[in-house]
Order: sequence, then structure tokens, then C-alpha cells
Amino acid sequence: MSSKSPDRWLALGDYTSARIALGRTGVSATTANHLQFQLDHARARDAVHQAFDPLALAAQCKTALAGISNALFPEQVLCSLAANRQTYLQRPDLGRQLPEAQWQLLRDQATGQPPIDVALIIGDGLSSAAIAAHAVAVLRLLAPALHKRGLQLGPLCIASQARVALADDIGEALKAKLSVMLIGERPGLSSPDSLGMYITYGPQRGRSDAERNCISNIRTGGLGYSQAVDTALYLLQGAIRKGLSGTILKDESTNFDVAARGIPFLK
Amino acid sequence: MSFTIRLGQQGYQFADLKTLLAKASPARSGDYLAGIGAGSNAERVAAQWALADLPLRHFLNELLIPYESDEITRLIVDGHDPLAFAPVAHLTVGGFRDWLLSDAADTAALTVLAPGLMPEMVAAVSKLMRLQDLIVVAKKCEVVTRFRNTIGLAGHFSTRLQPNHPTDNEAGIAASLIDGLLNASGDAVIGINPASDNTQTVGRLLSLLDDFIQRFEIPTQSCVLTHVSTTLALINQGAPVDLVFQSIAGSEAANSSFGINIAMLAEAHDAAQSLGRGRVGNNVMYFETGQGSALSANAHHGVDQQTMEARAYGLARAFSPLLVNTVVGFIGPEYLYNGKQIIRAGLEDHFCGKLLGLPMGCDICYTNHAEADQDDMDILLTQFALAGGSFIMGVPGGDDIMLNYQSTSFQDALMIRRLLKLPPAPEFYQWLQKADIMDAKGNLLSGQNLPPAFAKALNMEVGN
Repeated sequence: MSSKSPDRWLALGDYTSARIALGRTGVSATTANHLQFQLDHARARDAVHQAFDPLALAAQCKTALAGISNALFPEQVLCSLAANRQTYLQRPDLGRQLPEAQWQLLRDQATGQPPIDVALIIGDGLSSAAIAAHAVAVLRLLAPALHKRGLQLGPLCIASQARVALADDIGEALKAKLSVMLIGERPGLSSPDSLGMYITYGPQRGRSDAERNCISNIRTGGLGYSQAVDTALYLLQGAIRKGLSGTILKDESTNFDVAARGIPFLK
Repeated sequence: MSFTIRLGQQGYQFADLKTLLAKASPARSGDYLAGIGAGSNAERVAAQWALADLPLRHFLNELLIPYESDEITRLIVDGHDPLAFAPVAHLTVGGFRDWLLSDAADTAALTVLAPGLMPEMVAAVSKLMRLQDLIVVAKKCEVVTRFRNTIGLAGHFSTRLQPNHPTDNEAGIAASLIDGLLNASGDAVIGINPASDNTQTVGRLLSLLDDFIQRFEIPTQSCVLTHVSTTLALINQGAPVDLVFQSIAGSEAANSSFGINIAMLAEAHDAAQSLGRGRVGNNVMYFETGQGSALSANAHHGVDQQTMEARAYGLARAFSPLLVNTVVGFIGPEYLYNGKQIIRAGLEDHFCGKLLGLPMGCDICYTNHAEADQDDMDILLTQFALAGGSFIMGVPGGDDIMLNYQSTSFQDALMIRRLLKLPPAPEFYQWLQKADIMDAKGNLLSGQNLPPAFAKALNMEVGN
């Protein structure tokens, strides 16, 4: 396809996933590099528009959680006020709201039940591919860990055309103490299937993003499932103890700084 | 004051100046998200006709955001220079467009005019302009700034080297940094967006960049793009800070959502200047902006996003920055829906900034949920360079692995240099030649060859 060689400093590529030492033809990108970029962009674009199948996901989750969830009632399949992808992309406000009827249905079902500690929510966000790739695996670790700590789970809510703040509507309807939302992140060129996890104490309409904690880059080549769940449990316990979440609830559980030091290839 | 106009059988009315400006704005998703965009194509053009008849002086009398409640408005109004304004004071917005495009408006006239222009006037006239108008007028402006090299000279084009890494890994950052230098990138600034806001991490990255600049004797400046308060703390701890970075917006409330105000910027500006680390000048601020940021913070006061962006430049120019960068496509399709909207916004921002006397660069970029691709970026890149843009980004392969968006690559910059004969800043260009990275004709020498200084410094056996 391309006879052009990469640059002499190709070995530096061992130290980053950035696209370095690419070589060039004239001063332009080689055919191989150009097409690789096009492929990665196409995959990231497709990830944004890839149809989300909430019913299939609900069935997968039901199987995965059989016997390990103490959810009060069955999985709920929901959709925000953004009816389609085009609307979702242009109207962030609609992706944050549940239709009134769905809100009321959740509220009715939760009424008369024991109080819910954690509302578990899966939303497609900007990458249903992230949900397809990682959500069930994270749930398999997260749900039993929450159950083991004596926390009452709400029904698993699976929401289409969801923004992060949709968790506020859902958590409020369920009168949950906390919401935990798994959501597909803005897809990057090198990571079209990156999952985010958002924790909000006292979910209710009007919460600001500064009142949430976020664990991002859950993906192959990014943050691993067990590390993500460990961090989530650390934050959840802190949130319950302190009665808050967000920028003032710090993750002091890990320190990656030491591993980030040093430049071995520099004499 | 309300504005009315009749076009054929149809009459149009606009309740006040900010409504008129919003309705006159070329279509973009953010203004519709805010509920202030034109209701029809005809209404948009009607607003443009009405705006064209508005005297420029009117902007001095009808303020978009009240003087009493907004420090950016106060800065703009108090800083307005009536003497500089005098040559165009008799013009309408439409007349101003004609004058800007005329031969009377040469580089010298535009330079003298800048302090006489309010951001709102500049935003208004841009709404009456096609892309070619934005390019032709901006090209006539020359804004030169200096720190360790000279940015913005006619016939030159600079790049910010952006070696980001998702865990701020030093080896990962250094690998991208070396790749960039060997591709002739980094004369505007070597600037890292840190993944962490931890003060110690930021300090560690500042030292890394300072070590590189000293070791290879590169006539450029460094920056770690963290909150102004963190940079100020690090200056006080003795960290090697060249430039102070901050994202800014066009209203006091929006800046407040960023955790900043004018006084904080002034304090950091003075602290950085007192370090005296510049060699050929002492412009120490690096600002980033972008249409939609005020709306995103719900702090737009019903003003359209392009006018709010120009107001951010009104704040920037109070600090004589080395660099101002409009990060045009980063915010997403809720504010700029597609390539067409991103391209126009990038050229509007460059025009408005240059007319107000700012060293404007552009992060020519898009996210994967926007309706945009590399072809759109190539259009903006070539038009931006033709318009005399001061600098663009240099990101390895155009893929930022930390911020998850696409920007211009080192190769994109090399392409535009060759196409339009635009070498880097003179001091940096000399260094590139001395280091055997580029020859005197602007041809890149590195690639299959590893220049001697780098061959000596690098141990390629490690890691294999």
C-alpha cells in the first residue's frame, strides 16, 4: 500500500499511544497513515450513531445479575425527551429529562417499597458501543459488591438518548439516596468505546456537574473494570458517610504519580 | 430601543440590540439552543439589513449586558478610546464594512483603530460579511507579540506543540514533544493540557518543559494549561513559569463559572512579568476561548454566542497576551453543529480578534459527535492561513489521546508552510536550521535522518 518508512525515532512510540514517528510523503501523511486515521474516525463516528438496543441489554443484564442483585423490581427501559439522535445531539437539555409519564411510573413503583440506597442506571450517552462492550462486565462486579455492603438497589434503569443529568430525574423519581450511572463517553479517535461512571449523592433535578464524581476512560487500554469499581466503591462509601458528592469529595485512594516519572530514552 | 424594517410586503421588528444581533447571526446550533436564533431565513437577512443601517455610535449607548452588573462590560466601556474611534465614528455598521474592505483601511489605519473599537461593533460587522470579507480584512491586520521569539510577523506562521498524555506520563509527553520538534513544531508555545490539576503534577510538567527548552536551547516558551490560581501558586513556589494560561469568556458570570475574575488575571499577569523570563519581549498571557462557552455556563444574558466570544477578546486585550487561541470545534455540535458552522466561526473569531488587536490562533478541531471531518478542517486550515492567522496546534497525527478530539497535525502545518511559503517565527526558524531539522528553503531534513543533537541525546535501544 505504501512504500514509505516511519521516522528514525519510531522506538519512542513504545512510550505513548499518540501517533508519533509517522513518516511522511513529501510533507504529507502517507497512504497508510491517512487510511488508518479515516478508519479510526469512521469507527468513532459510527460509535456515536450506533443504534442502542435497550431491550437486548436488559435481557443480558437480567442474566448477568441473576441471584446477585437485590433490586426491588424489574429492569426499567426508559428514553429521555430527546426522541432521536439528531435531537439528542442538538438539544442537551432534552437528553437530561425524563418524560413526565415515565417519571411518574418510576415514582409509583417505588412508593410503598423499602427506601432505595443506589439507583443503578445505564445510559447510551455518546457511545452505545461503550455500553455494549463494558456495561455488563462492570455491572457484574458492581452490583454484588453493593449488595454485599447491605445497600438496597433500585431497579436497573436502562435509558436511551441519555445525558449524565438524566440520572437526577431517575434518582429523584425513585427517591434514591445515590445514583450511579454508566454512560458512553464522547468517543475519541483511539477509544470509540470508552465508558464513564458518574456518582451523585441525593440525585434530584437541578444538580450541577460540580456535584458529581466521575470515573472516566473505562476501556481496554484505559482504566480496568476492577480498578473502576474499586474507585466507585471508595467514592460511594465516602458519599454516604459525608452526605455529599462532587468536587469536594476527593479520590485519595490511589496515586499514579510515581509511575508517571522519568524519561528512560533520554541520556 | 426597538428596530423595525420593511422588506417588500413584510415588516420585521426586533425588540432591542441584542435581539437584532442574534437574529442577524449566520445560523448556528448554539443560538437555537438558546432560543434566540432567527425564526426564518428571511428574518435573518432582514435583521442584517436593519443592522447595516445602525450607526456604530449606537453601541456606546445601548449596552448588551448592564454596566452595573458585569465587569467585562465595564472593562469594555471604560477602556474605549474615543480618539481612536473618531475615523469611523460617523459610519453605520454597513458603512463600516465598506470602509474595512476599502483601500483606505490599510495595516497602519487598522492598527491605530483597534483601541477605538468595541467588541460588539466588531461582532456586528462580521455578521454582514462573507468568508472572503473576513479573510481579506483580517489579512490586513498585523499583530506582533514577543516572549522568546516573535509571533505574528507577516509571512510567518506558528504552531503550538501539544504533547498531551492521558496520565501525564513524562516519557509519553517527551516522546510526543521530540516528535513535534523534529517536525518543526512548537514556536508559538510548547503547551501541555495536563490530565490532572494536582499542583505537584503541574509543577513537574513545567520543569520537564523548562529542561527541554534549556537543554536544546530552543527559542520558544512553555505553558502547562491549568487554572490561573494553580499557576500563580506555582510562581510563588519558584516554578519555571513562562506563560500564564486561562480559559476566558465574555461575561462576568461565565468567568465566575471558570473560577476567575479580572483581578485574578491581573495578579497572575504581574507575577509572571516580574519573573522576567522573556528574551525578546514580555507578553506573558495565553488565553483560550470558544463560541458557546458563555451559553454552556448559562451566563450569556440572551446575547448570541459570536458576540459573547468577541466580548471575551475585550477582556483578553487588557492583558497584551502573547497568544489567544479560539478552540473552535471542541465544544461540540450543540453549539456549532457541522463543518460549515465550525469553519465560519473560526474565521469570524480570527477576524474579530485581529481587528481588536489580538494575536489570534485557532485550534482547528472537531469532535467525533460533530458533523465534521478532515476535509472541513482542511478548508478551515487553508482559509485561516490565507487570512494571516498567527498560529495553529500541532498534535501528533491530529489525534489528541488525552482530550479525545481531532486537531491539526505536525504534517498539516508542514503542508501549509510549503503551500503558502510560511516559515515559523524567525528565531525558531534559525534554531531549526542550526539543529539540522529544516533547511534555509523550509524543507524538512529530519525523518529518515535523526539530527545530530537529538541523536546524541536519545538512547533508542531502551524499550526494544
